Amino acid sequence: MRGFVAHRLGLAAVTLAGMSIVIFVLLRIAPGSIVDLLFSSAGYVDPAEKQQITHELLLDRPIPVQYAQWAGALLHGDLGKSYRYGLPAARLIGPRVPITVELAVMGMAVALLVGLPTGIVSATRQNTAADYGLRIFSLAGLSMPAFWLGMLIILMLVRVFGWIPPMLYVPVRENPGLHLMQFLFPALAVGYRSAALINRMTRSSMLEVLREDYVRTGRAKGLAGRVVVYRHALRNALLPVVTVVGTEFAFLIGGLVVTETVFNLPGVARFLVEAILWRDYPVVQNLVMLIAIVVVLSNLAVDLLYARLDPRVRYT
Amino acid sequence: MSRADAVAAPAPVAVPRYRRPGVAGAFTRRSPLGAIGAVIMLVVVVAGLAAPLVATHDPTRTDATQTFVPPGPRHWLGTDHLGRDIYSRLVHGARVSLAVGVACALLGGLGGGAVGLLSGLTGRRVDGIIQPVLDIMQGFPLLVLALVMTAALGPSIGTVVVAISVPFIPRVARVVRAVALGVRETTYVEAARALGAGGLRVALRHVFPNTVAPLVVMTTAQLGSAILVEASLSFLGLGIPEPYPSWGRMLAVSATEFAQRAPWLVIFPGLAISLVVFASNLFGDGLRDYLDPRLRI
Repeated sequence: MRGFVAHRLGLAAVTLAGMSIVIFVLLRIAPGSIVDLLFSSAGYVDPAEKQQITHELLLDRPIPVQYAQWAGALLHGDLGKSYRYGLPAARLIGPRVPITVELAVMGMAVALLVGLPTGIVSATRQNTAADYGLRIFSLAGLSMPAFWLGMLIILMLVRVFGWIPPMLYVPVRENPGLHLMQFLFPALAVGYRSAALINRMTRSSMLEVLREDYVRTGRAKGLAGRVVVYRHALRNALLPVVTVVGTEFAFLIGGLVVTETVFNLPGVARFLVEAILWRDYPVVQNLVMLIAIVVVLSNLAVDLLYARLDPRVRYT
Repeated sequence: MSRADAVAAPAPVAVPRYRRPGVAGAFTRRSPLGAIGAVIMLVVVVAGLAAPLVATHDPTRTDATQTFVPPGPRHWLGTDHLGRDIYSRLVHGARVSLAVGVACALLGGLGGGAVGLLSGLTGRRVDGIIQPVLDIMQGFPLLVLALVMTAALGPSIGTVVVAISVPFIPRVARVVRAVALGVRETTYVEAARALGAGGLRVALRHVFPNTVAPLVVMTTAQLGSAILVEASLSFLGLGIPEPYPSWGRMLAVSATEFAQRAPWLVIFPGLAISLVVFASNLFGDGLRDYLDPRLRI
């Protein structure tokens, strides 16, 4: 097991290095230099200022040197400087991280709380009214754009209650109740899709496992249906579900981009969109890298969990 | 004309003739919901293809005297803040959404299936190269990668298709690989190998059929995802560029601002997106039930 963990940790490090190269290259395929893009909306440009920024961004150095400088700074926790705000990027990003993390965790909690039980019910009562109802419910979740669901929720809150979640961020210390309400509705909007996916994967995986011989044996020797389903079938059925939860976490971060925009929450995801629209490339580069780190860590967690749940999946 | 028609014959004895049901008939019987999904998709495809014929107005013509008209006989789904007919814009927008969706799903499904089989069956060394590459690709959330790519390359239909389908490959490959890893250990694969079947034969005859069901489900789910991601990109202002009407952009430009005043601006484009994605998901599910022999009990 220790060898496996070391192997996986090594892979995660390699993956992150690879991702940093991809990000670096991707943002340099852009036609024209970053400085040109930075100034493209500014009208008149002072050549001296342009020269200075070119130097600050190390664009006058060879590409491998640029990469090494950026990666080195990143390893030291230096996120560079935002050209839109003229501030260190870390100061801008830092306060936004908890907001996005809170929303992501709440969204995933919604997804698991809804997705797993409904998936199990659907599978154990295949082709009943309950199964059909839940399948339509989950298909609807996969079909609605998260931002549209968010808009509908806001519309409904206004029509029915004459109330909308505050458009300005409310810190938890100021008003915990309002803070929770402010996050609950976006979490529902962003979690519904993941819930639907987890429901579907749990259902199909359970159905497959419930047809296995050992499940029939369990039933034949007189075990209670509950024991067969939860102790024998569910454990094996959860394997593919764990993978889906892991990959879905990455998708959830994508969903946050639009949801934070709709609900006007000042999180990291919305900041990324702003940085892209403002062409604040140093910020974009570091934000995407930050997201990449989160995703790699969650994938690592899934892999380790997978090995724990299924002893067959071990290389070392 | 046959003799049977010419003679006023006694009531013909009904001889039940065996007719082999066509694929469509068998599919409908097996999965009525899937058939409904297929019909909805077909209707939208036809509407998109015949957009200039079925549209009631020019989708781009503005009319200052007809802004925010609620749904009614003249404008079936109402008009937007510029007086443009929503129904006609939706019909034209169907072209973009479907074209982008199908292109992305096919590219992603084909690529992911091949990579997944290769990774699951060829052993530790190849797997050890492919997996980190997949991890690198998958590390980027779909929408984030698509955002960055469109920002770097400039919005165009080609960029959007590539930006959406490339991140699909690792998603599909992972599922296919997981199935392949499981099947690899089964006794029938062992038996096939013992009988002298080569790697390619085992992959295509014994392992691949097991991956068809998840592959189909993933590919059709991607058709939906692709349409959704395109809508999200357009919503954020980085999707299919202006001359083409796009469902996502209809929600972005007008809807957020005028939602309270004219809810139909929000409701109908979102409904169109959801309906198409819903239909493609129904169809994908139906196809899975139809294709997977284990579920056909």
